[in-house]
Amino acid sequence: MQDAKNLKEYRKEIQESLNNAFLRQTLDTFAVAYRAGRTKAFAEAGIDVKSLVAEIAAAKDGMLPRLMELYDQFRQNAEAAGVQVHFARDAAEANAIIAGIAAATGSQKIVKSKSMTAEEILLNHALEDQGLQVTETDLGEWIIQLRHEGPSHMVMPAIHLSRHQVRDLFADVTGAHQEPDIEKLVKVARRELRSRFAEADMGITGANFAIVETGTIGLVTNEGNARLVTTLPRVHVALLGIDKLVPSLTDALRILKILPRNATGQHITSYVTWITGANECAAAPDLKKEIHFVVLDNGRLEMAKDPLFSQVFRCVRCGACANVCPVYRLIGGHRMGHIYIGAIGLILTYFFHGPDKAKNLVQNCINCEACKDICAGGIDLPRLIKQIHVRIQDRQGHPLPGLLLGQVMKNRKLFHTLLRTAKWAQRPVAGDDGFMRHLPMMFFKDHDFKALPTVADQPFRDRFPGLQRKTVKRQGPAPPVKAALFSGCVQDFIYPEQMEAAYRLFADHRVAMSFPMAQSCCGLPLQMMGEARTSREVAIQNIRAFEREDVDYIVTLCASCASHLKHNYPVLVADDPTMVEKARAFAARVIDFSSFAHDVLGLTAADFAGDGKAATFHAPCHLCRGLGVHDAPRALLRNAGLDYREADESEVCCGFGGTFSAKFPELSAELLRKKLDHVEATGAELLLTDCPGCVMQLRGGLKKRGSRIVVQHTAEALAARKKTNI
Amino acid sequence: MTETLTAPDVDLTARFSDKARAVSAIVESVATLDAAFDYCVDLCGRHGACRITISGCDESLSPPADSLCDLKQGKIIAAPGLAPDQFAALAARCTDQGMTCLHSGMRDNLSGVDLGFTIAELGIAETGTLVITCPDEDLRLATMLCEYHVCMLRRSTIVADAFAAERRLLRYMRRTPDYTAFITGPSRTADIERVLALGVHGPLELHILVLED
Ligand code: SF4
Ligand code: SF4
Repeated sequence: MQDAKNLKEYRKEIQESLNNAFLRQTLDTFAVAYRAGRTKAFAEAGIDVKSLVAEIAAAKDGMLPRLMELYDQFRQNAEAAGVQVHFARDAAEANAIIAGIAAATGSQKIVKSKSMTAEEILLNHALEDQGLQVTETDLGEWIIQLRHEGPSHMVMPAIHLSRHQVRDLFADVTGAHQEPDIEKLVKVARRELRSRFAEADMGITGANFAIVETGTIGLVTNEGNARLVTTLPRVHVALLGIDKLVPSLTDALRILKILPRNATGQHITSYVTWITGANECAAAPDLKKEIHFVVLDNGRLEMAKDPLFSQVFRCVRCGACANVCPVYRLIGGHRMGHIYIGAIGLILTYFFHGPDKAKNLVQNCINCEACKDICAGGIDLPRLIKQIHVRIQDRQGHPLPGLLLGQVMKNRKLFHTLLRTAKWAQRPVAGDDGFMRHLPMMFFKDHDFKALPTVADQPFRDRFPGLQRKTVKRQGPAPPVKAALFSGCVQDFIYPEQMEAAYRLFADHRVAMSFPMAQSCCGLPLQMMGEARTSREVAIQNIRAFEREDVDYIVTLCASCASHLKHNYPVLVADDPTMVEKARAFAARVIDFSSFAHDVLGLTAADFAGDGKAATFHAPCHLCRGLGVHDAPRALLRNAGLDYREADESEVCCGFGGTFSAKFPELSAELLRKKLDHVEATGAELLLTDCPGCVMQLRGGLKKRGSRIVVQHTAEALAARKKTNI
Repeated sequence: MTETLTAPDVDLTARFSDKARAVSAIVESVATLDAAFDYCVDLCGRHGACRITISGCDESLSPPADSLCDLKQGKIIAAPGLAPDQFAALAARCTDQGMTCLHSGMRDNLSGVDLGFTIAELGIAETGTLVITCPDEDLRLATMLCEYHVCMLRRSTIVADAFAAERRLLRYMRRTPDYTAFITGPSRTADIERVLALGVHGPLELHILVLED
């Protein structure tokens, strides 16, 4: 639940969660076990996950234009089978309809099976206000109902609680002594809830599918309580979002193939229940169950019409986007969401519960893309989260730092002058601002969990002409590969030596290089701050800067820049057809350092004289997930003659996240701590990575620890071990 | 989608059994329906699956939950889906052993029965899943309110995956009203500390008897 009025209060709540040792331990164990279990489930079944996701996405997208038509068909088919179908525009209407059904049927006692949609509309409160007795029968839901809490996970609502807390709770409920023995506690729930089933008048469920062609609903559960809820009481109400419609059984079975595997690593849940029409019910006067389907809009139709947000309809509520989120793992669902949690929770909160509930939440995304990578519907979650941030700022006003940054960055010359003068100020590069990866430090105040670098004496752009003079002669005529370098601001102004290392390595391999001087910051920091307009302007400046370069590749050593240039530029200028063409041509040429060195230049062991140093690699989020590059850097390090050692969780975020580390330093520091623990455990002397922002974060963290591990960009490690020297 | 309800496929049966066992189901093969009945009576009697008190009733409960526990008297096998002659064969065995055998009236036994016996329509090899259509309320309840669920599955009805049974499933759904259940392993939860516990609401054990037909 989100009650924090501002970012400060929200950060206070976050700190409380960070201090909850049980929660931290549980979520850590879960994060690791989940990844392994999920991978195994898909591998065992021989499923090509990417194409399955693409099929699900295509099927869902395809039905949106005829959504209301499909709804009508579903209604007709369900009605023909004896179901009463209601449409509810919002939460209040849905609650009123369900309370009305209870009144009309004389229902007093209600049993429920798990439904996130019911949580969304706070159905229990509404029914209890009418004097009805509502009992959740899913074990986790019952536990949190008894504790008057909301769920902390969409699939495991009570994951934040320990057996001792459950024992205390059950002792209260039964008025008897209980032991902290999970097996026994489960049996207690079984008996306690059985008596509730026996006396209930009405059962309420959600639905995972609403199949148009037959008017069937499908329920995916493990405990079996939904079967009792839909069987014993004489009235059954199923509440479902209109996004649960699927045209055919094929569509439902396809989703069923991914849902349990992605949710919990199960091939299928214990029960999948398909209900069509009013089944036999001995407790009803005419021996037929009275069934109502309440189909909920509550912001969904608006979403369906939105060109960007309509993809949210692909969500199957598997919860995986929380399972892999490094922020969720630190603070749990009560802080990483309002009612819906995790990446999708940040988005749904905005649509279902409004900007006030969402405004702090949407800033708490480090943009690591882990959620996007795992999503069963292929939803571009980080982009949507960012876009909501933009919308909220456009409505509620932009904070000063973002505006200032935007003003400065629109004007490349001013921006670069500021960077140059920063060095004269002789202060550690800006504080906190994670945004240092790209940019001027002057706008943010300091945080001190990592040591910060200073601006270099001479930026790369000033060194480039000298480097060119030295190499061009030696390279001889017409080198085979032509590449333009994109430095990004951090490597230009803070770590020019990384660019130089790459330059020397490439020069040896007969790459003709250029460095368009009109290039500027890639614009990602602006994007992260929700400054969409200036981010777009900067993108156009860069596209223009490279437009006339006669090159095959645009190489960047920064994985975040690469991913942003490649994936976001065409989207940022989508409203301008001529710019889109240019942006696509630009994006097609963009390549990251390791892929260029490994795949294009084909560097092998023969190119290096290695020294067998123990080395490990941190995979930047935007390299492994943003660009899908996994093997190239590791192969290069092995080829360079290093003793390569893979660290645990090498593809988990280091906590930099650009401006994120400025806003949530406590979360950034925790992610960094975990990362460095894994790095140190390898015994490596050298830690390599493909992103200057990660270098800054990792170096700063290791320095604070007093560690002797050296952090370098992969390019530096390779250049130092290269054999030839033109 | 094509239907693959053809000759018995040894591979499918093996795959089905592996997958079902992987989720804690017990899979055995039987030669005849009578052998399946023997299995039930044996499980309930000699193997002690049936007890006077049912699971959870030994725990400390609140008075209303506890009073439901008192309802059950003696050992009960429920088999509502059987044809009259089949039921008679099972009931005779039960009477011999001093057990009650129910063909209907599950609502009078909400505290639970010891064993529920059913016959599946289909088996899905990919996930070790049983498909049981149960618009009949007693049949439905028999699969939920029992401590042990014993389900007979004809080998010839095992299909590769749910898509292979799609036309059939659609046929069930169109014959409204319909209540089709996919059942895979016993009822389970991991809601407390993510520790797996079986039998939270439904059966504690699922026994699948593959009939060699
Ligand atoms: S991008 Fe990363 S931090 Fe943001 S919601 Fe997704 S997983 Fe969480
Ligand atoms: S957004 Fe994707 S990963 Fe998250 S719950 Fe929905 S389908 Fe699952």
